Amino acid sequence: MTPRRDGGSRDSRGPVVRPYAVTSGRTKPSGAAIDMIAVVSAVRSASVTELDTGPESALGPEHFRVLEACRLPIAVADLAADLDLPIGVVRILIADLREHGLVNVRQPAMSGLADIAILKEVADALRKL
Amino acid sequence: MPYGNSDLLADRVRAPVAIKILIAGGFGVGKTTLVSAVSEVRPLRTEERLSEPSAFVDQIDGVEQKSTTTVAMDFGRISISEDLVVYLFGTPGQKRFWFMWDELAYGALGAVVLADTRRLADCFPSVDYFERRGMPFVVAVNCFDDARRYPIATMRTALNLTAEVPLLLCDARQRGSSRDVLVALVEHAVARLGHGRQFTSSR
Repeated sequence: MTPRRDGGSRDSRGPVVRPYAVTSGRTKPSGAAIDMIAVVSAVRSASVTELDTGPESALGPEHFRVLEACRLPIAVADLAADLDLPIGVVRILIADLREHGLVNVRQPAMSGLADIAILKEVADALRKL
Repeated sequence: MPYGNSDLLADRVRAPVAIKILIAGGFGVGKTTLVSAVSEVRPLRTEERLSEPSAFVDQIDGVEQKSTTTVAMDFGRISISEDLVVYLFGTPGQKRFWFMWDELAYGALGAVVLADTRRLADCFPSVDYFERRGMPFVVAVNCFDDARRYPIATMRTALNLTAEVPLLLCDARQRGSSRDVLVALVEHAVARLGHGRQFTSSR
């Protein structure tokens, strides 16, 4: 586990930098849209230690926080909550990592909603809550 | 919902299946209460670009450089199994955040529209929205302690709901009651599939 490198944005004083500063002012992710519950996973070979993390790197510390956090597949909304970053910012960071071939993004498939077996499993599980 | 084939199939770890359910309704109708009662609430912020209509409402004259606004969202998760998770998203009630609805609604299993009999009209826009989208939804009347009770038939008429839309009473503070609302929604979605209804929601 790497130490937090963002100056502790959970601090009650709030984040040290404006949210979109970490995306260089960009407010739109590159490439295909990324759903709130799309599942992101780091590509196996992606390792922070092997990547150029120096000042010349196109990727910043937040990118690497995201990369670390999606070692195991995780939904975009969970990632945003875990990292305490606005979801719009997280999406841009994910899109950057995707461009660099460091993460896979699985979009929810609409056809899956037609899977009665899964829906029944959900209903049964909810009943037991 | 299940996920489509990954562009790279190298991952051995099966990606979790995520189901998205929206919780809609007017301001102060109990959306946050319901999400808290039935799920593990997670902090979620979204920093959204101001749309034209909201720019009008927010009167940003003199602060033209402010192009984004922070919105705290109701967000909760129910972990059903290691690889099956239900996500609840409260849709921001205020009109100026409606631009977020299409995105939230995309790929959602369905929606719960919460209603309050004292301000029934507040839920009309939500009902209209999900009807238009052809998305499965149920209407749950949150029974506030000091609100007058009406027969279900009367409320159904007042809401002008078609017969197929489930209408139920609930107490959003109660876990069991909120759970029953979610179960009703999922069962409704299953029933619609059984009748061969296709989801028509699209971007």
